[in-house]
Parts: sequence; C-alpha cells; structure tokens
Amino acid sequence: MKGIQFHASPVLAIKMPAWRSRFVMFLIFLGFLALLVRALYLQVFSTDFLQTQGEMRYARTLEMPATRGKIMDRNGVVLASSVPALAIWAVPEDVDASKQQLGSLARLLDVPVAELRKKLASADRKFVYLKRQVSPEIADEVERMGLAGIHQQKEFHRFYSQGETMAQLIGFTNVEDIGQEGIELAWEKELAGQPGSRRVIKDRLGRVVEDVASIRTPHDGRDLTLSIDGQIQYLAFSNLKAAVEAHKAKAGAIVVIDVRTGEVLALANLPSYNPNERSDLSGAQLRNRVLTDTYEPGSTLKPFTIALALEKGIVTPQTTIDTAPGKFTIGTATIRDAEAHGVLSVTDIIRVSSNIGTAKIALRLQPQDMWGMFTSVGLGQAPHIGFPGAVAGRLRPYRTWRPIEQATMAYGYGLSVSLMQMARAYTIFARNGDIIPLTLFKTSTPATGVQVVPPGIALEIRHMLELAAGPTGTAPKAQVVGYSVAGKTGTAHKIVAGAYAPNKYVGSFVGFAPASNPRIVVAVMIDEPTEGGYYGGDVAAPVFSAVVSGALRTLGVEPDSPIKSLIIPQDALSESM
Amino acid sequence: MTRLNALLLAVLMACALSLVSSRYQARRLLGALDTAQGTARKLDVDWSQLQLDQASLSKHSLIDAAARKDLGMQPATPARTEYIILSGKTSEPQPAPEAPSELQ
Repeated sequence: MKGIQFHASPVLAIKMPAWRSRFVMFLIFLGFLALLVRALYLQVFSTDFLQTQGEMRYARTLEMPATRGKIMDRNGVVLASSVPALAIWAVPEDVDASKQQLGSLARLLDVPVAELRKKLASADRKFVYLKRQVSPEIADEVERMGLAGIHQQKEFHRFYSQGETMAQLIGFTNVEDIGQEGIELAWEKELAGQPGSRRVIKDRLGRVVEDVASIRTPHDGRDLTLSIDGQIQYLAFSNLKAAVEAHKAKAGAIVVIDVRTGEVLALANLPSYNPNERSDLSGAQLRNRVLTDTYEPGSTLKPFTIALALEKGIVTPQTTIDTAPGKFTIGTATIRDAEAHGVLSVTDIIRVSSNIGTAKIALRLQPQDMWGMFTSVGLGQAPHIGFPGAVAGRLRPYRTWRPIEQATMAYGYGLSVSLMQMARAYTIFARNGDIIPLTLFKTSTPATGVQVVPPGIALEIRHMLELAAGPTGTAPKAQVVGYSVAGKTGTAHKIVAGAYAPNKYVGSFVGFAPASNPRIVVAVMIDEPTEGGYYGGDVAAPVFSAVVSGALRTLGVEPDSPIKSLIIPQDALSESM
Repeated sequence: MTRLNALLLAVLMACALSLVSSRYQARRLLGALDTAQGTARKLDVDWSQLQLDQASLSKHSLIDAAARKDLGMQPATPARTEYIILSGKTSEPQPAPEAPSELQ
C-alpha cells in the first residue's frame, strides 16, 4: 500500500460509467429535498401544534384562590373567618397501601379503618374523597407518609368564633364555602370573592421565571362589619337562655335596636346551635324567629291604637272610658279583661292593659285610619334589612274588617307581625314620632325617619308606657335600677290548627330606655312558657330589664333616675289577653 | 472600515451580554417577588387564624364563666358605679340599700 501513490492508483484508471456519479448526486439531492420538505412541514404546516406542545412543557396556569370575606362585629371582633384547609382524596385503583399504613392514615384522618377500606374498595371510581376540611398540619403529615394514589386539594374551612350566640343571624357556609343561611347566604355575592388565575413559565426546577399574562386577577371577598355589639349580644343571648330554661319555653327571641341610628345591636334566638358543629341540626334551631317567624302581638299593639285616637282628637290622655264589668259584647262575640277595672282614663288603659278600653276607643276610629297607622309603622310589609326570609306578617285590607275584628286588632289579635317589626314600630315612641329604617350593618350616621305621629303624641304615649313598666303597671319586673324604662307587655294565645289554644301563650315585651332620652329599643318574645307564669310581664319583662341594664352600661349611658331599690309588687296586675 | 466594524462588534457583544444579564436579573427578581408574595399570603392566613383564635378565646361566654366562677366577680350595678359627667363634676351615686356585704 505504501508504495502506491494516489495518482498512480489503479482504481483511477478504471473508467466508471457516468450514470453512477449522477445517481449519487441524485440521491444527495433527494436527501436535501427530504430535509426541505420536513422543514417546511415542521415550520409551516404544524407550527401551531408544536408551539402549543412546547408551551405545555414549560408554561403553567396557576389558580389563585380568593379568600371569603370575614364577618366582624361593630368592634372589629371576627365572628366568621375562612382559613385554608385541605381535602384528602384518592384514586382507589392506584392506592397500594399496607394494612399498617392504612391504619395510621385512618388515625391521622380520624376516620374508622373500615370506612376508609370501603371507600378505597370501590375500584370502579376514579375519585373518592377520604376526608374534607383537614387542617394543614394533618395534611402535611399525610403528605409525609408518601402514599401512592392519595392526593390533596386546597379548600377553605370557615370558623365561627361566637358559636351558638349568634348562629341564626350569621348563618353558615357549606363545605364548598358557599353561604347557606343568614348573612352568609344574603351577602354571598359580596363575601365570596372571585378566584383568579395567571399564566407563567416555569423552569426545570419548577420555579416561576416569567409571567406570561394575568388571565384574571383574584378578588378577595369583602369583609362585612355588622352593627351587632358582641357584648350586648352575649347579654341578650344569655338572659334569653336563662328565661327560656326557667320557664321551660319552646323558644325565645330578642332584638336590641339603637334608637338613633337604626342599627341592630343584638339579635338572638333560642333554641340555637353551634355553627362549627352541625351534624344534627333541626329546623327549629335554624330559624331566626326575630325575622322569619310571625306571632300575634297582643297588647304590645295597643299604644298604636291609642296614639291614633289621640292624633285624631277622639280622646285625650285624661278622657275616661267605662270598662266595667270586665266584659264587652260586640255582635256575637264577647271580649274580656283579666280583671274588671271600672272607669279608666286613657293613660290607665295602657297602664293596666285593658282590652275593653282599647276596643271601645278603636270602635270610634275609621278602619281605614287604623290600617293606615299599622301600615305606616311597617306592619304587613317585610322590613328592608337584607336578610333571607324576612317576613311581612299579615295585615288584612281594611275593607274586609268586621267591627269585632277591628276591635280585636286594636289590641293585637287577628294580625301577625315579626318581632323585628314590633321593635321597629316602637321607634316612633322612642323617637319623636318618626319611624326609621333598620340596618344590620355598622353605620355612624343618624337615621332619618318618616313622621308617623306628631312629637307631642309620641311623648304622651311614652309617658303612658313608662307607667305600664312601673310599679303599678303590668310589667313592674321591667324596671331597671338607675334608669327609667318604658314599654308594653303582650300576652297572646297561640293559634293552633286555626283556633286559639287555651293553654299555649306567647309572652312578649317591647320597650325602650332610658325613658327620658331613649337610646335602645328592646323586644323580647318567649314562645310557649310552661312554668313560672306566662304573662309577658312575668316571662319577658325580666329579660328586658337585665338586658337594658347591661346594655346601657356598655353603651355608657348616664343613669336618669335615682338609684334606689325597685318596687316590685308581690302580685302585679294580670294582663288581659 | 475595519476599525468601525470592530467597534460595532464590541458594542454588539456588550449589548448581547447586558441582555443576558438583565434577563437573568429579571428572572431572579420575579422569583424573589413570588416568594415574597407567598410569604405575604401565608402571613395573611396566619393573621386570620390568630384573629379567629383571639375571638374564640375571648368569647364572652368564656369570660363570663371565668369571672363568675373562678374569680367570684359580680356585675357592676349602677348603685356601685361612679358616673363622670363631661361638664366636670361627678354625680354622687346614692348609697345602695342592698349592696353586697363583702364590699362594705
């Protein structure tokens, strides 16, 4: 080989056919053509597909959850708040855990092993929740176990700091953090917030290196500040609870209103429930009786009839009416007073709560005027308060009233109201004859009212109500040390299956304090008290007294009457029903 | 001509390197921003949790029970309260006839 020079190579001497070199050239050309076609195909025809595929490998869309707004009381104490939690879920066919591992998982999740096994045995399902609303600490421990086929998903858990004290007002959310009851349901849109998402490019290590675009910016839910004062609310709830338990009543409700702003300072119901622990709830516990239940108000309605008669000039506070002999027949029906009182002045009719006196005055009024009075204080219309299921109550059109009905409506039978409506209606006596809109949210602006009766008449009625809540009235137990109070009891037979039940009552009390310059209206209702009396003055007035005494102190209201021990007569006046 | 070319080449190289460096900076800062935002979120959650804990632990029913049972306290009555009126003088509460004995 060494001896042969290249130019002397014998191969060169061989004369090759010319087609062979052309053939090779053709093959090379074909090769280039193939490359060109391929390039054309990749660059032009499938570029979209390839670019999406490429992007899929490094671009990610990140979900950005929005936190549900908090609910706070007027002092900024958190009443309801969402904190992140995790749902533990599994793909049953992927789970391959030993008996021991399953046991410790069950312990961690606080679920019986048998239940866990049952969930994982359903092999036809691709997805099964093992447990929802697990706290992040427990979820971390589950993660550390490193089981195949067990996954986690972010969600929120809502906590209610005050428990049963204001359960019906705030309501609750379901496991998806969507409002189901109360404020949570009514203000779902504001509270919920909107989850967002952003598109990012991630590097090999999973770090975000570039923001491509923000598809939707997340908006957290709005925080709501309620008008409720936690301290007054607790006072109201605990005193109501004590009364409902002492009188073995079926239910109870209370509402406290700020006279100047129309804010609801407290709203409590019994029976109640703990919104953090809702495994066995009954409908009775869920009901917000203050707003969604109606009752026949009984005597608490009398002041409105009297106010109308005073305004029309039919009577003056000194006009006397003969209520003897404690019975009065209208058509075929007879109405009664609990005790025969004889001749009473209009002031005394309210003080002793005489049905006959009120009925006799009412019969001198036009049905249309009475209807107008009741309507203008908000009866028969649902209050605009932004709460689901707030009821309107029943107030029949005046054209259908018969005289006996007009007489009974004057003292609160034959029409139905909610406790909130009654409390609101009483703002006309607590203020200067004007009625104000109520609100569940904190506000600092004084409410502007609509005049219903002249200020002078409101003042006259206020004086009568002060007597009714005094030692000689039907509600001496409503008195408060250091403060003058005014208010009216109501005791009404309940309607059961279309007829008045002889032994089922609703005892109520609506009043305000201090009487000299009212600051709060408190309405209390005790449903079916069975022990220790049933008159509003016995069951509801003591709750009013306790709540007013605490609430006025909380609000820093100066005492307006001498601080002396109260005179509570041994046997107070019985109230007419 | 060649000197101009060399100059342009040098400028080009400088630009290219600064581009690389600023891209790197941008990514690093974005990473830092992301971490900071994550921390902010976590602190937010912690804050909510603490607020909630505070509200749960200062629940009025707990305070009430502790004050009544553990500390043996009683609600203040107007009889035992001194009221200060803004005009400058204090209102003397009248002596309460039934003030609890342990206070006398």
